[in-house]
Amino acid sequence: MEDCLAKKMEITVSEAEKRTGRNAMNIQETYTAYLIETRAVESQSEGQCAPVESLWRRYSEFELLRNYLSVTYPHIVVPPLPEKRADFVWHKLSADNMDPDFVERRRIGLENFLLRVASHPVLCQDKIFYAFLMQEGGWKEMVNETGFHLKADSRLKALNATFRVKNPDKRFTELKHYSDELQSVISHLLRVRARVADRLYGVYKVHGNYGRVFSEWSAIEKEMGDGLQSAGHHMDVYAASIDDILEEEEHYADQLKEYLFYAEALRAVCRKHELMQYDLEMAAQDLTSKKQQCEELATGTVRTFSLKGMTSKLFGQETPEQREAKIKVLEEQIQEGEEQLKSKNLEGRDFVKSAWADIERFKEQKNHDLKEALISYAVMQISMCKKGIQVWTNAKECFSKM
Amino acid sequence: LVATAEVLALDDEEDDLEVFSKDTSLTEVNAFSPSVPISPSSVINQYKFEDGPELRDLFITVDDPESHITAIETFITYRVVTKTTRSEFDSSEYEVRRRYQDFLWLKSKLEEAHPTLIIPPLPEKFIMKGMVERFSDEFIETRRKALHKFLNRIADHPTLTFNEDFKIFLTAQAWELSSHKKQGPGLLSRMGQTVRAVASSVRGAVRNRPEMFTEMNNYMETFSQKINLLDKIAHRIYKEERDYFNEMKEYGPIHTLWSASEEDIAESLKGIASCIDRCCRATEKRMAGLSDHLLPILHEYVLYSEILVGVLKRRDQIQGELDSKVDALASKKTEKDLFSEEIGKLEDKVERANNALKADWDRWKQNMQWDMRSTFTNVAENNLRYYEE
Repeated sequence: MEDCLAKKMEITVSEAEKRTGRNAMNIQETYTAYLIETRAVESQSEGQCAPVESLWRRYSEFELLRNYLSVTYPHIVVPPLPEKRADFVWHKLSADNMDPDFVERRRIGLENFLLRVASHPVLCQDKIFYAFLMQEGGWKEMVNETGFHLKADSRLKALNATFRVKNPDKRFTELKHYSDELQSVISHLLRVRARVADRLYGVYKVHGNYGRVFSEWSAIEKEMGDGLQSAGHHMDVYAASIDDILEEEEHYADQLKEYLFYAEALRAVCRKHELMQYDLEMAAQDLTSKKQQCEELATGTVRTFSLKGMTSKLFGQETPEQREAKIKVLEEQIQEGEEQLKSKNLEGRDFVKSAWADIERFKEQKNHDLKEALISYAVMQISMCKKGIQVWTNAKECFSKM
Repeated sequence: LVATAEVLALDDEEDDLEVFSKDTSLTEVNAFSPSVPISPSSVINQYKFEDGPELRDLFITVDDPESHITAIETFITYRVVTKTTRSEFDSSEYEVRRRYQDFLWLKSKLEEAHPTLIIPPLPEKFIMKGMVERFSDEFIETRRKALHKFLNRIADHPTLTFNEDFKIFLTAQAWELSSHKKQGPGLLSRMGQTVRAVASSVRGAVRNRPEMFTEMNNYMETFSQKINLLDKIAHRIYKEERDYFNEMKEYGPIHTLWSASEEDIAESLKGIASCIDRCCRATEKRMAGLSDHLLPILHEYVLYSEILVGVLKRRDQIQGELDSKVDALASKKTEKDLFSEEIGKLEDKVERANNALKADWDRWKQNMQWDMRSTFTNVAENNLRYYEE
């Protein structure tokens, strides 16, 4: 395993700050800036701490970085960014981008993104990425200078390829199905989870009303008074406990969301393969037709109907010199074409190989992460129940003393 | 038997405890229940229903609802089975069918005979809120349980249990009951009572009302408010839990669906799916616990609070009569004494019944709450057991 950046360096996104400034269209806007802190790990001998370097970045710069990486490394499943806007919210959470809870969760998500890139064997070596972490000024220009925009494939082209490609690698087709399924199932799960959270919140909070009424009621009771009062207190505790529980669950939801967005990255790699394959098929087709043309000209037979053929019949054949010239041109083109095809084939095979390697790596990572997430979810539920047991055991005691 | 008790009480001074003991001895003679210790503190103990079957000599069950269709109407009858060891009953077992109207009749007779005793509540005629149909299974079952409770509370009440109409209700055949119903004071006298009640309330707050009853009135005001609130809260919780349950039902299957696309984590996902489903079932149990135990009891006490307000009013009314008689007959000393005693005895009756029921009440609430909490604790514990990776 190559030495990832993550091993050499501590990376954190430690703070978030609201700022106002002028954007590209010279309009005043408010945005949040995030502080990225890095510290070299190597030189930590004898308790010496390396100096912390830091710079501020905003979300749009993260987006730029990711776009750059996706285009420059199309065979890599590039880690996704946390969501731009709050999705899958249940009623208590606000969908406001400026909401402090949202900003906090986004900060964690951005840090996670950087760590994932830094621990990727290929991506971590990218200079632009390094500059993103270390060089505040002039970074944007540096990215644009790479001209990565030009390498980007048009959406339309990619769509076209998807429909027309004839022989894509079966594994990629399966992978695409999988990523579609993953996306749909996770988003469904997140939606239902949000609704379940909403309802659970309701159940807990209504119990809080008990607390109030019990307390008022205990005022007029003699023997029951104490029991009621303390039971009421426990009901309040119960009602309040749901806030922490659901906050923890949000973290779980974020973990799932990451893989929801990863599905998109997976699909991007598949699309790239389809595009390359399509390109290859087109080039091969082109070559075949040119060869055919050449043959026809050389032998004088017309195998397929062509306008040229018709007109030559009608208006007379070309001169042998003209024909020779044409054949020469075609032969050159065929030569070029064959070389191109060879290199495209090579490219394609390389792509498939390296992409598949990264996909295997991704699969392992995904299985590991999801398993951990599911386990931690179960643990969360258990702790929630334990709290419930505690509260109700206490309440039971109070009630029995009434 | 009721008359005998009254006579005995009249002979006594207004000493609550001794009157109690007299009542108890009567019960002892006629029933085979073991003797209850007669001491001041145990007076309250006598009124515990749940002390175990040894103290009971009258067992009643209400079950087997059946619908009857006639040309005019459709109605439900319930089977009322009575088992008893009391000698004043000709047989030791009775089985009759009664309809809701019959219960209403019984209640009004009891109220007539004992205006200041706390007659247990009957389930309402029909439920306004909620989409419960008059003859839906749920409604019938709820009503049956409430009717069962109604009769048992009467049976356990030291005075009401010996009421003649009660006995007839439990033992008479349908035609016997109808003919018996037609006797009795009838509409006019009942109207008379109502008129008097209205008149006395028009007269305003009763002067000379003993401190105790003013306290009770105040208590009832607050209690009634709180119990109504609790009833609302409990219903709300039930609704929230049902909504939660409905969402959860969808939650589990998603995980199963997901596991179909996965290899490595398929097992974990299926595990979670099955856990969620068990949670659903546990939630169902919890909801059932609420609706079987808590909601009916809260509802019963909501009705009770209404009844108690009525009882207190009637007590006031009776005292009003006393007061007015005292004023009117100031000269005729002997008559006054007679009336005074009569009224005094009634007041004590109320007081006794009130206190007894109150103590009972508290214990009841305690039991009820305990049950409810056990259910909840159970659910939480179940949740724990159910949740695994």
